Amino acid sequence: MDPDLSTSIIEVKDLEHQYGDFKAVDGISFTVGRGEIFSFLGPNGAGKSTAINVLITLLKLQKGEARIAGYDVRTEPEKVRESIGIVFQEVTLDRDMTVWEILEFHGRLYGMARADRKKRISEILELVKLEGKKDTFVKKLSGGMKRRLEIGRGLMTRPIVLFLDEPTIGLDPQTRMRMWDYIRAVNEEGTTIFLTTHYMDEADNLSDRISIIDHGKIIASGKPWELKNALGKDLIYLETSDNTRARAVISSLANVSGASEKGKGILITTNDDGTKVLPLLIEEIRNSGISVITVNLKKPSMDDVFVHFTGRELRDDKPEKVSTAFGRR
Amino acid sequence: MHYGFLTIYWRDMIRFVRFKTLLISALVQPALWMAFFGIAMSANFDRLGSSIPPIPGVPEVQYLTYMAAGVIAMTTLFTSLFGGIVILFDKNWGLMREIMASPLPREQIIFGIALSGMTKSFIQVMIVMAFGLLIGVTFFAGYTIGHTAIALLGILLFVGMFSIGFLFFSAAISISMETPEGLQGIITLLTMPIFFASNALYPVSAFPPVLQAISTVNPLSQLVNGVRYFAIGDNFTTMGIHYVYTTADILLSFTVLVIFTVAMFGVAWWRFKVAVVT
Repeated sequence: MDPDLSTSIIEVKDLEHQYGDFKAVDGISFTVGRGEIFSFLGPNGAGKSTAINVLITLLKLQKGEARIAGYDVRTEPEKVRESIGIVFQEVTLDRDMTVWEILEFHGRLYGMARADRKKRISEILELVKLEGKKDTFVKKLSGGMKRRLEIGRGLMTRPIVLFLDEPTIGLDPQTRMRMWDYIRAVNEEGTTIFLTTHYMDEADNLSDRISIIDHGKIIASGKPWELKNALGKDLIYLETSDNTRARAVISSLANVSGASEKGKGILITTNDDGTKVLPLLIEEIRNSGISVITVNLKKPSMDDVFVHFTGRELRDDKPEKVSTAFGRR
Repeated sequence: MHYGFLTIYWRDMIRFVRFKTLLISALVQPALWMAFFGIAMSANFDRLGSSIPPIPGVPEVQYLTYMAAGVIAMTTLFTSLFGGIVILFDKNWGLMREIMASPLPREQIIFGIALSGMTKSFIQVMIVMAFGLLIGVTFFAGYTIGHTAIALLGILLFVGMFSIGFLFFSAAISISMETPEGLQGIITLLTMPIFFASNALYPVSAFPPVLQAISTVNPLSQLVNGVRYFAIGDNFTTMGIHYVYTTADILLSFTVLVIFTVAMFGVAWWRFKVAVVT
């Protein structure tokens, strides 16, 4: 479904949230249109989960305004709850219940009528491809199946918007990609999706729009390609015998839109075809008596976008490091 | 009326029957109390009590029968105090977030847990009584069928009110605590005075005044009063002590339980209102 940006499903203005003296969310504003897939991209501890917890009414709204599906989060939390589906960051399934019981319990919690529950459970099982697992205990499901079941549960009550907090955390690469397909399929059916992630590729692949969030603030927003375009056409990475001087030399070139020292080399953004700019760069550097050690040319990725806007790399963004998040049950 | 509590009840009962060890220990434990503690103590107390001349015209009951009411009360106390622990586990495992983020009003969680805990207590009480009758407890002696039925209902009424009160209490601590160890600590600390400063296992007439005062207001003593009144009668002796319960006594005991339960609901409601689960 093509997003309808004229109708906002989520409207947030100047949202702030503090734990004691620590400002976890520091004045964020954004809107999500009907049918969009919207991502919060940021490192762990950036304030993504706090923001999502305020929006889903698990945390009290302290400062600012938020409306979801037209309801005020502060004054109509019950209405908000009825309008949303949630997939939490950690697995929140009772491992000693069956797939059917998980969905039945959820439907009852939300006051769905018996006939409706029955119909919806079979629809959901089909959607998340768990038809054959109806009477299987959660503890016998694989990580990917559990995640699918949680997404299915989040959709049980036909929410207007589905909140996904780090939906593919701890999953292997193939399962993650299949999960993205499910999320897209859900979106195709008309459900607006708000997701948080610290995976660059996830935000890039799934989202219609992304807000990069760091230290509780939104530092950049836009469609993935818009964000990448902010970095120019191509990225060139050079390692030279004298990076500081080489940087000064190339900064003045017409085709170079920016140059910064990164790691052992220099990261250069260009506003022209990189394959043409690169030989010029090397020539200029050589003419200055500096030798070039290694060269790399690539299209900007989300990682580069993140580094560009935050001035640093994503903290602990490797999947293997966060896989322990699933270890507590 | 909101029936959301039935959802919580449904899930908790699924867990109760599904975990066989939980189920079996819940059913066997009270019977073991009766079998070991009951028979051992009864041999001792009856030997001591036999030296006191009986009061003419007043039925004398064996210690085993006397303490069976106490075992019913104790079983209910333990089951109810621990009944809220599921809330703590759900909270620690993240399952509580699904419930807290749903439109279900929070008091419905408290009601659901109370109802399932009460059901468990009812089952246990029935087992204790059946097992007791089997090993020589003389409950309902000389009662007609109608009288026995009324007595049973009376017992369940007392057990129900008492267990709901303590389940509210247990739910309130569980939602406030961070770890099961902390909850266990608090409960262990509480069970001692509640259980031993009561008339569950022995008469309180020989207690020092302070302890006697505690035992008089102790909800457990109220429950024991109710169970003895319905199961044994309003006039009996045991170990040479004459027990007489008037209707007013029993109504007072029940009123104390109702006040206790309402107060505990207030505490639980407040704790759930302010609880933040993320």
